[in-house]
Amino acid sequence: MNGKAPDIVISVRDLVVGFDGRTVLNRLSLDVNRGEILGLVGGSGGGKTVLMRTIIGLVEKQQGRIEVFGVDLDRATDAQRASIERRWGILFQQGALFSSLTVRQNVQFPMREYLQLSDRLMNEIALAKLEMVGLHPRDAEKFPSELSGGMTKRVALARALALDPEIVFLDEPTSGLDPISAGDFDTLIRTLQETLGLTVFMVTHDLDSLYAVCDRIAALADGKVVASGPMGTMLESEHPWVKAYFQGQRAGAMERRQAQETIEVR
Amino acid sequence: MNDEPLLTSASSGGRLELTAGGAWTAANAGALESLIEGIASQRGAGSIDMRAIRAFDTFGAWLLERLQRERWAQGEHMQVVGLPERFSGLIGEVHQTNLVAPAKPARSNAILRFLDGLGRTVTTTARDFIPLLHMLGALAMAILRVIVRPRRFRLTSAVHHLDRIGWQAVPIILLITFLIGGIIAQQGIFHFRKFGAETYVVDMVGILVLREIGVLIVAIMVAGRSGSSITAELGSMKMREEIDALRTMGHDPVEILILPRVLALVLAMPILAFLGSIAALYGGGLIAWAYGGMSPDIFIVRLKDAISTTHFEVGMIKAPFMALAIGIVACAEGLRVAGSSESLGLQTTKSVVKSIFLVIVLDGIFAIFFASIGM
Repeated sequence: MNGKAPDIVISVRDLVVGFDGRTVLNRLSLDVNRGEILGLVGGSGGGKTVLMRTIIGLVEKQQGRIEVFGVDLDRATDAQRASIERRWGILFQQGALFSSLTVRQNVQFPMREYLQLSDRLMNEIALAKLEMVGLHPRDAEKFPSELSGGMTKRVALARALALDPEIVFLDEPTSGLDPISAGDFDTLIRTLQETLGLTVFMVTHDLDSLYAVCDRIAALADGKVVASGPMGTMLESEHPWVKAYFQGQRAGAMERRQAQETIEVR
Repeated sequence: MNDEPLLTSASSGGRLELTAGGAWTAANAGALESLIEGIASQRGAGSIDMRAIRAFDTFGAWLLERLQRERWAQGEHMQVVGLPERFSGLIGEVHQTNLVAPAKPARSNAILRFLDGLGRTVTTTARDFIPLLHMLGALAMAILRVIVRPRRFRLTSAVHHLDRIGWQAVPIILLITFLIGGIIAQQGIFHFRKFGAETYVVDMVGILVLREIGVLIVAIMVAGRSGSSITAELGSMKMREEIDALRTMGHDPVEILILPRVLALVLAMPILAFLGSIAALYGGGLIAWAYGGMSPDIFIVRLKDAISTTHFEVGMIKAPFMALAIGIVACAEGLRVAGSSESLGLQTTKSVVKSIFLVIVLDGIFAIFFASIGM
């Protein structure tokens, strides 16, 4: 890459997506900056996952424009598209591990497809990735059906990171994990983001995650981004849904806890 | 963009000075690995200058780490200099990985492996019949419970499955048996004509269809069409813990899921076998007319002479037993599905293969039985 890299890695403009006459996303616009962790929040069935799937091309859009790394995905040639797909990694909500492959083979799968590497190097890199996401090497020869929920998420993350992508999309990475595992996972995402310089696009419901790792939060309501910015901006937002989300009962407990921590630090 | 050398080496005074450049990333990892292997023979401690690298990722970090470890193992220290500060976190991460060598899968001799596999297949084949007996027992218990308290029977579900297994299968079964009947008649006429025994084609078609072919073809069709779908259905319910959920709510999955399906099979099979036999006789009669020149009136008169209700009964008695075998195999295999989609496919295949095998074995046993009681 010559010169300065563009600061906005994902740019979504006036996106309209609907199913069977029901509009899910209505003229939505959103930018994701390089190197940030963006948390996307919204009500259940509000289109968070749809937005993510539209950006990665699994859902057809009706209108609008999506640019990734400055390339308009509608006008991208097949070669451009393939090179973009190599530069992003996706963690699906249920892990989406290939059930007929072992954990190690799952992580190696993208490498095998895209890179010409020796078996030895592939094995070592796969094990390194698995250890980086906190798994033990003895888990490498297990099949996905033998893994617990938390391990499945970790393997899925390792596979998403297999090619050292620049963007990772995480669909509810901490859902279904206990608070300790979820906390570990948050720390892991933060560490990996710092060491690998990732841009993270995270769909989440987990207020702890939002507090702990997100640089910026975008709130999705009525098919639009109704508020975006760091946590402070969210808390000050006057939008009724955002207010209910961040100042509701569960969020209140979070805030009290944070306030207490601040006092203790003093 | 990748014309810069990734790694250059210079030897001076027994020291090895390496200079890295370009992008040490996934895309170049293959080339980089061979470069590193290429300098492995050059001995001596030294340093590697990382100042000139433009990009660096886990692949590059691991290759650097590996280079250092390999040198270290030979007592040669390779110092890394000038690595940009922002990459140090990555090096730190990679430094903690691959410390334990993964256990190598034990390789054994090919003949031993073959014998091992053979032994396992024999024992599992023998053991495979135990779940079928379990299923038969569980089903009998469920039937008893339902007889004691008939309100527990799932009538709606049974009717639904009767529709799927019975009614919806009628067109395809009629078509297949019609064609089979026609083919048998044509072959019979063609070969019997040589010794002028064409009229006996009617006997052959009648007896063969009513006693054997009608019910056997229908049983194989049902095993392939409905048995497989039952296995897949129950298997995916098992995978998604639906069956466990039923159990924890105090319901017996055998009673709720399996009894209606098996009952529908047992009711539908005789009806389908009857319809199939009629279609086969019709096809045979049509071919006898078109190909053998035997008018339908004569065909019917000859058929009346050739067959008796005994032949019909023999076929019909077999049908529900075959249905039971198909149902039990399909349900038992469905419940044996483990967590993966691969196992779902495997069990579905097993279900179809086993139920067709059992249907044919049953047919043989019935043939011996009917012969000895003179039917």
